[in-house]
Amino acid sequence: MTIQFNDESFRDDYSFHNSERALKRFPFPFHEDSYMYSVNMEQHRGGPADSVYEMRFDVDEHYVSEMKDRAIVLDQDPLRCQSLPHMTLAGWDLLELIMVSKSEDYPDLFELHREGDQWRWINKPLGIDDSFTFLDETTLPYGPMEYITRQAQGDFAVLDQRDDMLWMDAGMVTTQADWSLDFDIGMNFFEWHAPVPKAHEMGIFVRALKFLLNIQQGAPARRLNWTMTVNPLLDTSPENYHKWGIQKTTLTPENIGRKQHLRVELQTFFRLPRSNALVFPIRCYLCAFEDLMTVPKWGRRLHRVIRDLPEELATYKGFIDNRPLMLDYLSQFDDGLPTSPGIWPDLQSEPPLQK
Amino acid sequence: MSKFEFPPSILSRPIWGTLEPRPGKHHLMIADAEGAEAILDVATAEIMAQCHIIFIAKGTGFSEKLSQLNPAQFYEGPSYEAALPRIHRVLLDGHMGLQVYLAGTEGLMGQAMAEAMRAGIPHTAIQTEHRGSTARRMQCVHCKGITEDVETDPFVCKHCGLNLFVRDHYSRRIAAYQGVCVDAEDHGNIPPAKGIYQ
Ligand code: HEM
Repeated sequence: MTIQFNDESFRDDYSFHNSERALKRFPFPFHEDSYMYSVNMEQHRGGPADSVYEMRFDVDEHYVSEMKDRAIVLDQDPLRCQSLPHMTLAGWDLLELIMVSKSEDYPDLFELHREGDQWRWINKPLGIDDSFTFLDETTLPYGPMEYITRQAQGDFAVLDQRDDMLWMDAGMVTTQADWSLDFDIGMNFFEWHAPVPKAHEMGIFVRALKFLLNIQQGAPARRLNWTMTVNPLLDTSPENYHKWGIQKTTLTPENIGRKQHLRVELQTFFRLPRSNALVFPIRCYLCAFEDLMTVPKWGRRLHRVIRDLPEELATYKGFIDNRPLMLDYLSQFDDGLPTSPGIWPDLQSEPPLQK
Repeated sequence: MSKFEFPPSILSRPIWGTLEPRPGKHHLMIADAEGAEAILDVATAEIMAQCHIIFIAKGTGFSEKLSQLNPAQFYEGPSYEAALPRIHRVLLDGHMGLQVYLAGTEGLMGQAMAEAMRAGIPHTAIQTEHRGSTARRMQCVHCKGITEDVETDPFVCKHCGLNLFVRDHYSRRIAAYQGVCVDAEDHGNIPPAKGIYQ
């Protein structure tokens, strides 16, 4: 199916919107009516047709506008993209992985022509046609990681692996849930996760790290994570928190359906061939409450999850003050009926709202 | 006494130790203010014969006592920034067998530790001991400016003037804790400042 790219904004007038198709493929992150941290990882080997799991790097209707938003963020703050000196090879690995995947998965949108180390990359949605020498930085307008991640949706953390540990030594981070690459760069897996409540005590990070260290080339993995964002703002960075924080206080019973967004991250993990680094793409999907509520199963379930979420998690995710307002809204869409297991909308089989 | 028990914290926050004499070909000791007391506690004649002490007094009177230890080299600097070129130079020579001892405030230890790591000194050859002030070196996440010796939470960023709250999240690379705008969701509502460990 061809993709119609939206012309939309993730700031100022917030013209971002999801089409019917985008809504149906939204990665709703709750497979049951409650939520707690867990080592929720599975193989990333495709998924149902047109789902966000189908391709290695999902491209959707927001692609072109998201890349424009990234360029704005980088103009304002170049520190959002950093790579420690020893990470350049990993950057080339990542460039290759994305170019090969996208040209194979979306041949009508992307083309890669290779003759030895002479490569030609065509990105039709962004109007790019560049020829360069693989592994020769002087032939690209940016470093390899920056070059390719200016053309790929989602944030990217590139992790060096040494001493049985992962180190966040490079990244492109402009659509983050309130953490700073500039502050965290150089940290290890436990250090950058330090602010997360409960999960350390639950042993989640020790087990997750073990899993990640063993990820093999050609066998990527994935998981979903989520939070809440008022307005479809991609750049919820700590750097700009003094500017966007106030937006959290603009919710009212009248506008919450439109303004409050569920923010879901599809996180994937790929081993890179030459550097043995691990790349961690964090792809952000936003959906307004009122759109989610058109799927009866999601309406029932979101109410129950938010209602029963432990206070520490609601505080960490930054919506503890807005939770009562959210529950007033969401409870209208919960008729108490049971929900089917799994994350999929199940529109055919789940009953419509009974109130 | 100048020893302080830090409350348990998150995993990015460094844990400081207690200096102990270790065998080594050379010894580099960097301390500020009450950090001098940790050096006085750990010094042996044998270590002092191969030792370079770099000390920033910050108004304390420990210099004379330290020089009386008769280290091979003794330097007193007016500030950490002023001492930094010398620290760089000494670390350049810091090949195998150098033992590094850092003592005093978290700001001094954190910065000197980052320099030593950058110079390739293995972390197993670096010891630390906190003494004296519990003030923090803070980075403003918004403007990236560093404010030294922060004693209260919240505090005012010396560079951009925002009121920041003091996080425990710590970057070894920057050798600073993170400061984040405290009134972002309620402009002008600045809670009264209290001591960081109060
Ligand atoms: C190596 C790849 C990974 C990177 C780069 C990464 C990075 C991060 C970062 C930067 C944060 C925000 C921490 C903060 O508050 O400052 C975070 C949160 C978190 N991470 Fe990871 N992470 C990775 C893998 C994982 C894995 C495999 C798990 C599996 C359980 C995991 C679980 C979590 C959880 C539960 C949170 C809290 C999220 C929330 O409540 O919204 N992470 N991660």
